Amino acid sequence: MASPESAVNGPTMTAGAASKSLRNAFGGVIAFIILVLIGVLAFSIRLFSVIKYESVIHEFDPYFNYRVTQFLSKNGIYDFWNWFDDRTWYPLGRVIGGTVYPGLTLTAGTIWKVVNSLNIPLSVETVCVFTAPIFSAFASWAAYLLTKEVKGPGAGLTAAALLAMVPSYISRSVAGSYDNEAVAIFALVFTFYLYIKTLNTGSLFYATLNALAYFYMVCSWGGYTFIINLIPMHVLLCIVTGRYSSRLYIAYAPLVVLGTLLASLVPVVGFNAVLTSEHFASFLVFIIIHVVALAYYIKGILSPKMFKVAVTLVVSAGLAVCCAVIAILIAVVASSPTKGWSGRSLTLLDPTYASKYIPIIASVSEHQPPTWPSYFMDINVLAFLVPAGIIACFMPLTDSSSFVILYIVTSVYFSGVMVRLMLVLAPAACILSGIALSEAFNVLTRSIKFQLPGIAGNPSIASEENGSSTVVAPNDIPKTEEAAKEKPAKKNRKKEKENVEKKPTPSKTEKRLLVLPLEASVIAVLLLVLLGAFYVVHCVWAAAEAYSAPSIVLTSHSNDGGLHVFDDFREAYSWLSHNTDVDDKVASWWDYGYQTTAMANRTVLVDNNTWNNTHIATVGTAMSSPEKQAWEIFHSLDVKYVLVVFGGVVGYPSDDINKFLWMVRIGGGVFPHIKEPDYLRDGQYRIDAQATPTMLNCLMYKLSYFRFVETDGKGFDRVRRTEIGKKHFKLTHFEEVFTTHHWMVRIYKLKPQRNRIRGKTKKSKSSRSVSSKRDVRGKRNPWH
Amino acid sequence: FPPVSFLSLHHLCLLLPSLPTDATAVRVLLSGDFKVSQAETRPGNDASDQLGAAAMEASLRAHRPAALLIFAFLSLLSVSSSAAQEIQILNAERRIDLSSQVAIVFLTLKVENTGKAAASDVLLAFPPTEAEHLAEVKAQAASGKKRKKTYAHLIVEPTDVPDAPNGAKGFRLALHNPLSPGETTTIEVLYMLTHSMEPFPAEISQSDPQLVYYRDSAYILSPYRIKQQTTFIKTPSTNVQSFSRVEPTNRAGMELKYGPYEDLPAYSYSPVLVHFENNNPFAVVEELVREVEISHWGNLQITEHYTLAHGGAKLKGVFSRVDYQSRPSASGVSSFKNLLARLPPRVHSVYYRDEIGNISSSRLRTDSRKSELEIEPRYPLFGGWKSTFIIGYGLPLEDFLFESTDGKRYLNFTFGCPLSGTVVDKLTLKVVLPEGSKDPSAVIPFPVEEHMETKYSYLDVVGRPVLVLEKKNVVPEHNIPFQVYYTFNPIFMLAEPLMLVSTVFFLFASCVAYLHIDISIRKG
Repeated sequence: MASPESAVNGPTMTAGAASKSLRNAFGGVIAFIILVLIGVLAFSIRLFSVIKYESVIHEFDPYFNYRVTQFLSKNGIYDFWNWFDDRTWYPLGRVIGGTVYPGLTLTAGTIWKVVNSLNIPLSVETVCVFTAPIFSAFASWAAYLLTKEVKGPGAGLTAAALLAMVPSYISRSVAGSYDNEAVAIFALVFTFYLYIKTLNTGSLFYATLNALAYFYMVCSWGGYTFIINLIPMHVLLCIVTGRYSSRLYIAYAPLVVLGTLLASLVPVVGFNAVLTSEHFASFLVFIIIHVVALAYYIKGILSPKMFKVAVTLVVSAGLAVCCAVIAILIAVVASSPTKGWSGRSLTLLDPTYASKYIPIIASVSEHQPPTWPSYFMDINVLAFLVPAGIIACFMPLTDSSSFVILYIVTSVYFSGVMVRLMLVLAPAACILSGIALSEAFNVLTRSIKFQLPGIAGNPSIASEENGSSTVVAPNDIPKTEEAAKEKPAKKNRKKEKENVEKKPTPSKTEKRLLVLPLEASVIAVLLLVLLGAFYVVHCVWAAAEAYSAPSIVLTSHSNDGGLHVFDDFREAYSWLSHNTDVDDKVASWWDYGYQTTAMANRTVLVDNNTWNNTHIATVGTAMSSPEKQAWEIFHSLDVKYVLVVFGGVVGYPSDDINKFLWMVRIGGGVFPHIKEPDYLRDGQYRIDAQATPTMLNCLMYKLSYFRFVETDGKGFDRVRRTEIGKKHFKLTHFEEVFTTHHWMVRIYKLKPQRNRIRGKTKKSKSSRSVSSKRDVRGKRNPWH
Repeated sequence: FPPVSFLSLHHLCLLLPSLPTDATAVRVLLSGDFKVSQAETRPGNDASDQLGAAAMEASLRAHRPAALLIFAFLSLLSVSSSAAQEIQILNAERRIDLSSQVAIVFLTLKVENTGKAAASDVLLAFPPTEAEHLAEVKAQAASGKKRKKTYAHLIVEPTDVPDAPNGAKGFRLALHNPLSPGETTTIEVLYMLTHSMEPFPAEISQSDPQLVYYRDSAYILSPYRIKQQTTFIKTPSTNVQSFSRVEPTNRAGMELKYGPYEDLPAYSYSPVLVHFENNNPFAVVEELVREVEISHWGNLQITEHYTLAHGGAKLKGVFSRVDYQSRPSASGVSSFKNLLARLPPRVHSVYYRDEIGNISSSRLRTDSRKSELEIEPRYPLFGGWKSTFIIGYGLPLEDFLFESTDGKRYLNFTFGCPLSGTVVDKLTLKVVLPEGSKDPSAVIPFPVEEHMETKYSYLDVVGRPVLVLEKKNVVPEHNIPFQVYYTFNPIFMLAEPLMLVSTVFFLFASCVAYLHIDISIRKG
């Protein structure tokens, strides 16, 4: 909660006007040190996972990114672009170079290369683990810059400090969480900063940088569409509210041209940058801004009367052209089935879309709408400070503050659709809360300072109080303002001059009127500090307890205080990698695809890049079929091992049985003979004696509960808290080859095909029955 | 003395040549045909496809020794003419300990010089298959009588025995005092054989015990005539499925006794086969790379990369966790799940991990004399299963680095593998010397392959010299100290700190310069 005013004005107590330059330099240094400390804070608060667990890649997607980075560092950039990965989506494979957002991988790969060229032997894994914390430090600095552009350095530092530890961002950027979002949030905030900077300065230099930052964002994350829709919205807002200026034109037009050109260089985006509907808004606004610019230009050179004539002329002609263009556009868009929008974007526009049409998007937990507690958990007190920040942005409303308001409003909507997009909300919430806090401190401390002569005789008490709150120092207002104004102007004398001119001069008189009672001010300051303290405590708790678990290692505390480690996932992957043939195919639900390829180095059928719904449905169908049909499906796909995750012994809730209904749904979506009601008893999903026979005979049930009853004699499932329905059964087409220590991962091997018995009378009969079956099977198994 | 020696037909000798791979050969065996083969068949080949072994086992059970009398003999027509005629062995006793995965053989020879000239060395002979698996040969000469016996260590070196039959390999023991004519001396030899026990059946299920074959000769292979000899074989349990008989042969409990045999000529050989239960962990480190990095700032960093395998009978098919957890005594008796690494005292920052992260199942106990690290691989190892892991630790430098009298520094460290009870197929030890050190040389009490490499580590410019020592077939007996001598100028220690300091200095200097330069084109 560093308020720069105090920092800047600390030495002014003794210094006179002559030492103003020294004071400014000193303030700049202190602000710099505070920023460094914020960076250290952002980095170190994310190290809980390394300290409490270990330096390891977390969860699912980071394993894929890690594997790609390994490939990049080993084979170089050209092989990376051309990488066709045959170890996943067997037998289809996947073109990694063309389907991956390369920003994160290239960033970490570059860091690794630089570090190794300095002969610092860091492993790729170490670099990957620490990329996210480093970039969250960058993100808080970017937040400082952005907020500084909007409301001055005080708000900037507060916002940076808030962003450094906002739990929502921590959840995606703890050490080891090597995911696109880690660098994308930095890129997002930095792009917005450069946009605002260009808007404030009208400098083409910053406009170019802005396009480059946008390019980095496009490289990093699919969320770049948020930028390319938000900025046009803001431009449109500015035009509509009559705030058009040449600065706006310079901020926007180069971004669209350069940004689109650069974006189409990224293989995964390519022609989508001009073809899909996500980008149309930017082009539309691009046209509009040119029309407006033309209008303003003409207005400048024509007399008012002539201008009116021109307007009527242009408007009537323009309307006709516009109608034609829009009609063509609609025709083009309507010709594509999804109206040119990708599934995830449509889900954003229509939150019910995914659950209706694409179960695979709906099945991912991070695509669910958030609950109210998750707002409190992820942004905590910021949720209450944001409205105050919005109000502060309206007094006075500038181009930049209107952008921030637009940003928060849209991101609140998006976060309401998908839990995952809470991440986009977090920086906006931090910026607005930073503004709110900074403004509140401004008002309150000013009130205290003005009334200090009123309680003359004991100014020391007030100053002590203020000193103890570490936020304010007694000072006289004019100097504060001057200092605040002078400082950036002096520091960046070449870069920003309009900051000074934009600072509204009437604010001084206005502020003089806004004086609160002394006691109320002191109490309010204390309460705000308390609020901040509460936020810090919550963030540290969230970083240490809630978000630091790597999810591949689970721990539990036993009653005597000992730590028990469940390392079953890596046990299974390690077993697979050392004790199976290198070309064996492993079938599992798609959640474990990335981990299997990265940790066990085995070929998988499906993985977390859910690009082929049919293939996933095939695996889902196999898992929900009886043993024999499942064996046939797997056998036709050359599968040798089947991996299931089972939490019934130790009570690990996110196991395959709990995900099973999604397998049924996704499988049934493509192969209609799998019907969800067959697995439900009266609409309830259960695995006890009441379960349906289809459920009790499906492969997933059998593989999960094979010989489970022998552990405790009853077959009590600790996750479902019930005894299982079918306890004693044998497997005919699969055999258990490995089960981990806590039974969390079980690996089965497909039994080889039975030898054909020759010269028996049965032969003709069996062959006939097989051929008659094949007709039936032909429908079920897409690979026959 | 006639150099031709004969072995009588009624010595039961079992030898499986690698010939009978086809069905006809087996049929010959089973039908009890005599097959006398000389010269063509090679002795003691480790041999044997399962088919032949099965056939033999069946016939052993049939108790028809005469029927399965097979000849496979060394062509014993020539005997070393130089040494052999001079020396004879009065009494030989051999004790073979098979209770672990390494066959430990303890040989006591009473040697007499029957020649005219003094003999300065004594030869030992090993069949080629044994020589391949020979990990270590140590010898000492005993002198004096019972109580006042003193032992003198003898230098053992491999040598060519030009006239040895069938490629038998020789080792030369150099006596300290040449044996004058008519004199006798007692020599004790200890040697170890790795991978000398072959699991049979080669694949077992989880509940089966592990049975192994051990092949050797009932007679001690020697280039000398042996007056009297006895061989004792100690098995780890009383469960001996079968054993060959070369009369007189006795079995009592866990011990098999072959002999005494009287007056056998040089290079006598009579293959025997013992089939017994051995559930000891066959923990084989297929490859071990140890890196010892010296930092003159006070730390010795050791990183060990293990490729561990279970070298015993392969697990057939199913591994059931239920059986393994609920019946630990009956299920997977030959598997192992933990290992003990003995590390030097004062060890610090120990880690145990593999390529996908930390392995949490380890325990470190330290006291002032030793440190013991108990590690569990991620999963229990059954026959044929593999695992890889890395152990790393730091040690205080003053315990291992010394200065010799000539101003050189030397590292005194332990060779071999710290994991107890394991056999290392290939050990690579890399001693990374500090940047700027020169003239490295190693002093090792046994032969190893040596070469140099360069390694670049933290901020190195010219790289650190690395002395690489490679040795195959390493057993725990190789855990003995060795020395690496090198010269080093302490000024090199300051190179990297100075580099960093100057970098930071130039950074700040350039910052200062930038702030004071006005590079704008138009002066405003």
